[in-house]
Amino acid sequence: MSDQYSVQEHDVIVIGAGGAGLRAAIEASASGANTGIVCKSLLGKAHTVMAEGGIAAALANVASEDSWQVHFRDTLRGGKMLNQWRMAQLHAEEAPERVKELEAWGALFDRTSDGRILQRNFGGHRYPRLAHVGDRTGLEMIRTLQDYGVHQGFKVYMECTVYQLLLDGNRVCGALAYWRETGKFVLFKAKAIVLATGGIGKAYEITSNSWEYTGDGHALAYLAGADLIDMEFVQFHPTGMIWPPSIRGTLVTEAVRGEGGVLLNAKKERFMFRYIPDAFKGDFADTEEEADRWLKGDKNARRPPELLTRDVVARAINREAKEGRGSPHGGVYLDIASRRGPEYIRRKLPSMYHQFKELGNLDITVAPMEIGPTTHYVMGGVKVDAESCESTVEGLFAAGECAGGMHGANRLGGNSLSDLLVFGKRAGAGASAFAKKFRDFSDVPTSAVNDGCAEMLEPFNRTQGENPFAITEELQKMMQSLVGIVRMESELKEARDCLKQLKERASKAKVTGNRQFNPGWHQALDLRNLLIVSEMIILSALERKESRGAHTREDYPKLEPVFSKLNTVLRKKNQSMVVVREALPDMPGQLRKLFEGDKS
Amino acid sequence: MTASLRVFRGDAQTSGYKSYKVDTYEGMVVLDAIHQIQAKQDAELACRWNCKAGKCGSCSAEINGRPRLMCMTRMDQYGSDEEIVVSPMKAFPVIKDLVTDVSWNYQVDKKIPPFKPKPPESDGTRRMQQYDIDRVQEFRKCIECFLCQNVCHILRDHNRKDAFGGPRFLVKAAALEMHPLDTEDRLPIVKEVLGSGFCNITKCCTEVCPESITITDNAIIPLKERVVSNYYDPIARFWRKLTGKIK
Repeated sequence: MSDQYSVQEHDVIVIGAGGAGLRAAIEASASGANTGIVCKSLLGKAHTVMAEGGIAAALANVASEDSWQVHFRDTLRGGKMLNQWRMAQLHAEEAPERVKELEAWGALFDRTSDGRILQRNFGGHRYPRLAHVGDRTGLEMIRTLQDYGVHQGFKVYMECTVYQLLLDGNRVCGALAYWRETGKFVLFKAKAIVLATGGIGKAYEITSNSWEYTGDGHALAYLAGADLIDMEFVQFHPTGMIWPPSIRGTLVTEAVRGEGGVLLNAKKERFMFRYIPDAFKGDFADTEEEADRWLKGDKNARRPPELLTRDVVARAINREAKEGRGSPHGGVYLDIASRRGPEYIRRKLPSMYHQFKELGNLDITVAPMEIGPTTHYVMGGVKVDAESCESTVEGLFAAGECAGGMHGANRLGGNSLSDLLVFGKRAGAGASAFAKKFRDFSDVPTSAVNDGCAEMLEPFNRTQGENPFAITEELQKMMQSLVGIVRMESELKEARDCLKQLKERASKAKVTGNRQFNPGWHQALDLRNLLIVSEMIILSALERKESRGAHTREDYPKLEPVFSKLNTVLRKKNQSMVVVREALPDMPGQLRKLFEGDKS
Repeated sequence: MTASLRVFRGDAQTSGYKSYKVDTYEGMVVLDAIHQIQAKQDAELACRWNCKAGKCGSCSAEINGRPRLMCMTRMDQYGSDEEIVVSPMKAFPVIKDLVTDVSWNYQVDKKIPPFKPKPPESDGTRRMQQYDIDRVQEFRKCIECFLCQNVCHILRDHNRKDAFGGPRFLVKAAALEMHPLDTEDRLPIVKEVLGSGFCNITKCCTEVCPESITITDNAIIPLKERVVSNYYDPIARFWRKLTGKIK
């Protein structure tokens, strides 16, 4: 039945065309590999366009004291020391070069008065470190990579979704996909594959993520036998829009706080002063007066507590609302209007201004915004080698959000865009070097391809069954209520049982119509991945009996020393998902020295 | 509360409009209505979307005849008894329902020579002043929704895709031409390939731009002026030959 799919051959196939995927394709292509990039949407529309605040890199343009060592230290302290230290080191060392490279490819960052790249403050970063373009840094980054990339000679396959990876033993040898437009199948034969598919936010009801974020790379890697780590760590961004309901979850950039915005409860109290964790006490202002001096540029004043890491701020907002000090729609207020002039706000936060004006009937230069936490990012992902980004499956690489380890238990704002560039480049180089070891393409097992095709078409063959959208909605509601910001054993077990039933129902989901651009069918296929990543989050969250970073357990509210040295690892065994604990690699002495005097 | 929508259904062969009723709620946008139809009434209704925050430019359509992003179009701006008609962009071939074939735009894009920077300063930095890049940053706000292409009568009514690149790519060429570090000369491309002369400054593109880029005044007119002075002003031409200055 080989006539049911077409075949394309590339040394390297990159799946995903956001920041990491494009950077990987550029690198693979530059190092001589015949490269193809497969994107779920049109080119240039990937989720990276939604990144707002900036790219973290120790360029030291604004604060000359900054260095990669300080960036490294901030990253690990933000990640509650659970990061793979080598990834965090490479990231901090290489991020400045990657940003300068973007500039050499045409990116236009906001400038300092002496004409260099301007950097802004952000949560968890000791110094102003984020290179940015107003609040649309992601768009600038993806357009720069796209504009540079289209002239580098790699092939772009748009609106094409990968459903299955194919293996030759333990080595990846191809990817089976469908075209959205026609519903026809295509087999990409490849010597190496880079996963750069982004995150999993669509497993939750309230999310800042787009429809593409269904955990495709996580699920594809898992099904191919790869290990995944840290999946209990899902970042809830503290500031999402919450009213009106239509835009619930849409991101409000952390740059609002970086530019001086403050968080207020219903009593107009700056409540964050009450939530500074012991480990950070010396680093943050403890009075409003000191925080205000910081905003005015006093170098001796410490940072305001609104710039604590996202996990801390999200929990604090949650607590304020729960204890009755929230806004009318269950959040708190974010106020920039009383801190900066209208002209400044419109220049530095143009899309926030626009977004609230158009969708929320609110002028943020006059009134405070009503905000609350929204599912934003997954720290966990495919376990990779720090240098090459290769997974535990030979020839399978991963970079960006779908890779795990870089951010530990919590990611700092701005560290995502730099992660995409640093490890996108490394994954592209790694995949290209791997591909060069092989002269010929492996024979892709025809039976596996035919089975994959048949599986994709199955929802059309069912005469009875549920609408895949309805099952997805139930999954999102379940994850939101049982596996959200604050978790506990009984609810996680309930979630595990619910998931079993949802899986059963999803296996019988029915779609109608034909294969041409059929959203119901696409949803049915994405649902498989959403169920897999949800199971990963639930199992890992059950396993980690402590509270660390983004993972908060009501029944285990403290950091537990035994878990400080452990990653949770997920893998497929006898067709079911197992979770095991693995020791965190030891950090070398000279890096360890950077943390002397820390309390945790 | 409910609202009535009439949505284009069909492909290259068959087409027509289908009516739907949707439940409305506060702040609802047209894209929410389309999603509700997909989830509850008609899972085959095709549309593109990604960010639902006006940042990716995927959900372009024509709503009551006006080119707009569905995610940024509030339902409550229409009267409660008014039917909301949603159609695909007219300037591009329909693939299915609200999804159109915009691949031509990507072909035009590739014809524009890429950024070619001058070498960095001796300290390795690339210095630019904010006031020198404000203008280009305006152009780089473009989210490639192609609504400007859709509304442009050269493309929409006269279908001159063979000779005219459209407002989007004149904006892109302007962004490159006005980049303080760029050294490439794209005026021949602007004139010959993008066909800047076709634009007769009706400013429809500026009117529909969801990013409020002043396409005609800030991008197209300056490019047209450069083309004129480069190709049609004999004194300027002679002076450039003498001094060797391209820009």
